[in-house]
Amino acid sequence: MRGTTIYLFELAWILPSVAIPVGMLVALIVTAYGAGIQVPGDAGRVDPTRLAETALFNEPGVVEVGPLRYEARIVAGVWFFTPNEIRVPAGSTVSFIATSRDIVHGFSLHGANVNLMLLPGRIARATARFDRPGEHLFLCHEYCGIAHHTMFGKVVVEARP
Amino acid sequence: MGSSQSAAHDFRAENRLTVAYLTVAHVALFIGVILGFLQALEYAGIDLYPRVSFLIKSYYHGLSLHGVLNVLVWTTFFISGFLTFVAVRALGTPLQGLTLGWMAFALMAAGLILAAVPLLRNEATVMFTFYPPMKAHWAFYLGLTLVVAATWLVALTLYRTYSAWREKHPEAWTPLAAFMALVTFAMWTIASLGITAEMIFLLLPWSFGLIEGTDALLARTLFWFTGHPIVYFWLLPAYISWYTMVPRQARGRLFSDPMARVSFLLFLMLSIPVGIHHQYADPGLQQHWKLLHAFLTFAVFFPSLLTFFNVVASLENGARARGGRGLVLWFGKLPWHDPSLVAQVLAMILFAFGGISGLINASYSLNLVVHNTAWVPGHFHLTVGTAVTLTFMGISYWLVPYLRGRALWNRQLALVQAWLWFVGMAIFSHSLHRLGLMGMPRRTMIGASSYLPLQLDWHADLPLVALGGTLLFISALFYFVNIAMTVVASRQPASVEIPTAEAMSGPEEALRILDRWWPWLAVTGLLILLAYGPTIAQLVTTTPLNAPGYRVW
Repeated sequence: MRGTTIYLFELAWILPSVAIPVGMLVALIVTAYGAGIQVPGDAGRVDPTRLAETALFNEPGVVEVGPLRYEARIVAGVWFFTPNEIRVPAGSTVSFIATSRDIVHGFSLHGANVNLMLLPGRIARATARFDRPGEHLFLCHEYCGIAHHTMFGKVVVEARP
Repeated sequence: MGSSQSAAHDFRAENRLTVAYLTVAHVALFIGVILGFLQALEYAGIDLYPRVSFLIKSYYHGLSLHGVLNVLVWTTFFISGFLTFVAVRALGTPLQGLTLGWMAFALMAAGLILAAVPLLRNEATVMFTFYPPMKAHWAFYLGLTLVVAATWLVALTLYRTYSAWREKHPEAWTPLAAFMALVTFAMWTIASLGITAEMIFLLLPWSFGLIEGTDALLARTLFWFTGHPIVYFWLLPAYISWYTMVPRQARGRLFSDPMARVSFLLFLMLSIPVGIHHQYADPGLQQHWKLLHAFLTFAVFFPSLLTFFNVVASLENGARARGGRGLVLWFGKLPWHDPSLVAQVLAMILFAFGGISGLINASYSLNLVVHNTAWVPGHFHLTVGTAVTLTFMGISYWLVPYLRGRALWNRQLALVQAWLWFVGMAIFSHSLHRLGLMGMPRRTMIGASSYLPLQLDWHADLPLVALGGTLLFISALFYFVNIAMTVVASRQPASVEIPTAEAMSGPEEALRILDRWWPWLAVTGLLILLAYGPTIAQLVTTTPLNAPGYRVW
């Protein structure tokens, strides 16, 4: 039969072509659920025009919520983060809870697996642990107008006495 | 392709339509690459924007033009012209509804002009993603909506041509190239419903002042419903060339026709229910839906692997017929003197790397490292910027001479052009990938950024972005000179044939269901309903449209 060798070649390619993506999927599920590296989910809604009257965002800043546990409540707007400096002691676990007061912004925190879109109307949430003293830059990574490239801040991890 | 009817019909009228589309496409690409050059230089600290401020108001103004012109206009116009050309010839049937075809072109051109006016006047500096509540001039939204509507008319002309053919050939297999063109437009027509809904229900009434506010998440979700499959709308026409033309140009035959059909049907079904992989970092969407879209994205990788195998096997067939030997050394025996083939083979090589970086984007947790960094433009300059664009350039190297009836002006220059694009893109894209891994954001005026002085690790790679971008710009200039001179100055008559590959293994032994439409369209609809239904229903029913608009540029 004319097609037989072609059929065998096809099969020899199709099987690994199925195996490769399936293998990668398994790795992905293991990292998401085994190692707990998760993308943001649904953390609720907020009225972007009434942030000043909304708990969580009426007083942006860092709040200690437990021993070495902090919440950083951040409001993004053109073209700054409030607060733009977050100080925590080494060993802290920080929950970043953020939203936008105007248009779409981004929150990319270097040296931690924190990468969030900040959409008006939505609460974005991610958690990171900072073991060593040092500085981590965070910046807006979604185009947000003419001064987008000036929008940044930092997390300062301080050595514990 | 060459059936008896094509001899009877000379397709001159259809050619004129193709010429019209290709002309607009090339003007868009030309303006777009000039702006791209300015961006690449800016990364290296060479800020030329003050010198062109009479025309281009800012880096972001230029970037919006670059994105819209290159990624939306160049592709859509080229594809509409090229697939019309391919389909009527493959079917050996005149375009059914030539007037409708010209109406489609006129509507697309009118939409383009309507969108281009605010874009050029810095009234729509919102990038090609135009995420609200950033608010552009209404004409920008209306213009883009008309361009989308025009693509449906193109689809309609192709469908009517197919129906006319089918009536005369009730038992025959749809010719492969026509089948692929139809799948491409069927997929796109369904995919474009997302952006159409975004325009009609959110952006147009909002920009006309009929409704007060909008919602960022709902708009993004509708946008990416279309925004991912649109990359397959760009890519599949390049695949059509790789499957049905390049094997002939390599003096070989297509390895497997049924496998090619299977891969296109998989693209039809799997291109659309994957868009949320662009929204992994978005709040307000549940993780299990994001994960489902990750699964389906890995599934759509499968037909790409089938394509890779089938196309490479076809190239190997041609190279071995020319005396190629060895496991990989046969590659050297491809006709490396043919600029059309060289451009497309080089596009394939870089596309392999683009596929790999795309898989990383799609990989859920890994996406946290690269989302919205320079990695992403690094990735899509390999895909739409090379796999698609360099392939379309390669196609133009035979198509423009064919349509003009004159030989390509300078084949050596065309060969240099293709290699220069390859080398320039390798440098450019590699640097952007590296910078992305170091956390450099995309769509940002990096040379002027406040944090650049703090990011010492970026400094070594930024000049390489400019170097790669410069090589790409020179390559593009060589391309435009060659195409323009072919049209106006070439005196040699063309001896171009339309490359048409035969298949080693034809469709005859395959299952007839591969040439049916309804089963596959039904599965497509079901997968979309499953992957998007609950999320969109929940967003539509619970989202207040309360975000006011802003002009921030």
